[in-house]
Amino acid sequence: MIEFKLPSLGADMEEGKFLEWKVKAGDRVKRGDIVAVVETPKAAVEVEIWDEGTVQELVAKPGESYPVGAVLARLAGAGERPAAVSPEKRTVEVRRRISPAARKHAEEHGIDVEKVEGTGPGGSVTVEDVEKMIKAAPAPKPAAAPSADAAGAMRRAIAAAMSRSKREIPHYYLSETIPMLRASEWLARENEKRPVTGRLLMAVLQLKAVALALAKFPDLNGFFRDGAHQPSAAVHAGVAISLRQGGLVAPAIHDAQAKTLDALMKDLADLVKRARAGSLRSSEMSDPTITVTNLGEGGVEAVFPVIYPPQVAIVGFGTLAERPWAHDSGLRAIPTVVASVAADHRVSDGHRGALYLAELARILQEPEKL
Amino acid sequence: MTITYREALRQGLYEALEKDERAFLMGEDVGKYGGTYAVSKGMLEKFGPERVRDAPLSELGFVGAGVGAALGGMKPIVEVMTVNFIMLALDQIVNTAAMLRHMSGGQFSVPLVVRTSSGAGRQLAAQHSQAFEAWFAHVPGLRVVAAATVDDARGLLGAALAQDDPVVLFEYPALFEMKGEIAEKSVDLRSSKIRRQGGRVTLVTYGACLPKALKAAEEIDAEVIDLRSLRPLDMQPILESLRKTRRAVVVDEGWKTCSLAAEIVARIMEQGFYDLDAPVARVCREEVPIPYARHLEEAALPQVDKIVAAAKGLFA
Repeated sequence: MIEFKLPSLGADMEEGKFLEWKVKAGDRVKRGDIVAVVETPKAAVEVEIWDEGTVQELVAKPGESYPVGAVLARLAGAGERPAAVSPEKRTVEVRRRISPAARKHAEEHGIDVEKVEGTGPGGSVTVEDVEKMIKAAPAPKPAAAPSADAAGAMRRAIAAAMSRSKREIPHYYLSETIPMLRASEWLARENEKRPVTGRLLMAVLQLKAVALALAKFPDLNGFFRDGAHQPSAAVHAGVAISLRQGGLVAPAIHDAQAKTLDALMKDLADLVKRARAGSLRSSEMSDPTITVTNLGEGGVEAVFPVIYPPQVAIVGFGTLAERPWAHDSGLRAIPTVVASVAADHRVSDGHRGALYLAELARILQEPEKL
Repeated sequence: MTITYREALRQGLYEALEKDERAFLMGEDVGKYGGTYAVSKGMLEKFGPERVRDAPLSELGFVGAGVGAALGGMKPIVEVMTVNFIMLALDQIVNTAAMLRHMSGGQFSVPLVVRTSSGAGRQLAAQHSQAFEAWFAHVPGLRVVAAATVDDARGLLGAALAQDDPVVLFEYPALFEMKGEIAEKSVDLRSSKIRRQGGRVTLVTYGACLPKALKAAEEIDAEVIDLRSLRPLDMQPILESLRKTRRAVVVDEGWKTCSLAAEIVARIMEQGFYDLDAPVARVCREEVPIPYARHLEEAALPQVDKIVAAAKGLFA
């Protein structure tokens, strides 16, 4: 018997509100399947399972809160014989007949079409049925703005994580101005060849460079847990994404060091979209081994970021700006960026951080190799 | 003025021959006999054998001659007695008349009008009761029109002759005795037309089924749309009507499979899906050869009661 427990979906998470099962008793699941949706202070997260087997019993009930580690479901593993699931527990989904016009009409009037009684052919819901419901129902309330409570919870979660970081992690900070002439020119040439939808952002080049540079600096990648550093071979780069309603999340792009620029661009666009829609996955929330924060859009020169525990480093980029630069024995204005790193002094020293930044700068001079 | 559909066809033809001396009529029995349906009665005497020409029983031959005359600068009106015999001339109509503009890189146009009659209901049995409008509506390069009213019977020929491209004009013997008012205005052969306003359901039809649809509409408060132009199709009035009624029945005297009705339903799905409150219904010819016996023939064709039943089926 395998127990599926509520995972920690971030250092700041102590409990989660269980929202929804994506599986039912009797379903076979495999590693990576999304089985449930759990609300954390930051987002509604799709939780993946890391075991293979047959769902035996769903313990968690939608709407209730559970602490991290609570058993949410029990599974029969491979080889185990799943206990018979009584057939009446399986629901047969019968699709209600709702005419296209009725569905549209209901949507336009803020009516839940599922609640409308159908009197059309075959019991289908028609516009007339929706009309009856509209007349019976009071005027719809405007969609509720995100509640102060949700925004407050997000703020509290960030406060908890950042306080813990500043309390526990002895940060050191380094920064270096990196010439970006070659990268900018290469990117412009590359994007000229591409359709508008396939164009790359400088942020993607920077992300890939951060991940590649970590190959020689395992002491900046991974977690600090139980008094020791746990390095990670893969770079799961957490990308800091600010949310429109305030607050931020930093979900992971997995194996960033091994992905092509195109794949990273696609992943980044997808991640930003889903982060803002509030549909991130559990592995994205809990896996980042390092975080990259790019505040270039805001026009800041340099970032002095705070490490997201239990990670051991965070890399920041300021705005890409033209600055005077000594170049070929002359002075010229070229695009540059200030890259910074904040790292955990319990794991690495400033010398290592400096070498890392130098490596990052070197890699960014060879954009074609990214 | 109230006249019959037959008289309207005659007037349209007479006017066409009178108006343009390049126009001439050619077909089986159109001259001495005065036309199988007496539409060209007296025209040989009036316009002479140069312009009203009896053709041998060879549809492929005389339709081909019509294509040649059109290429040579004439405005031929070729009458193929019924659509049942037009299959013999399909090669000239489809492979030649419809394609020549394309094949010649736009150098040749074929301003040919093929008049033919279509439909069942007169106890003429399987081989003389076909409705093949959809075959022609399938072909790019052709314009296909159907005269379902007295007005259109009179006006469509003139409008067809004004085109630079081949037009197949369908006339309906089942309607020949139908009487109607002639409105003085000319007829637009590009547009479908609302023949009756209504609010509950949209009936889409053409040709000989129009009077049946109009009769059915009395019982069910239907809006009735006459396609009139079968190629190209003018969907706009249909889609606008659907936004009001949200339900449609397509009435088509052709067989259901691969019919014009099928095309109309498909276009409603493509362009009007979100306005629908029920699946679009079709009333078509039963998929059998038309029987000779009157009661069986009637049972095989779209009828008023079938249209009413189909429309009522769209409501619970």
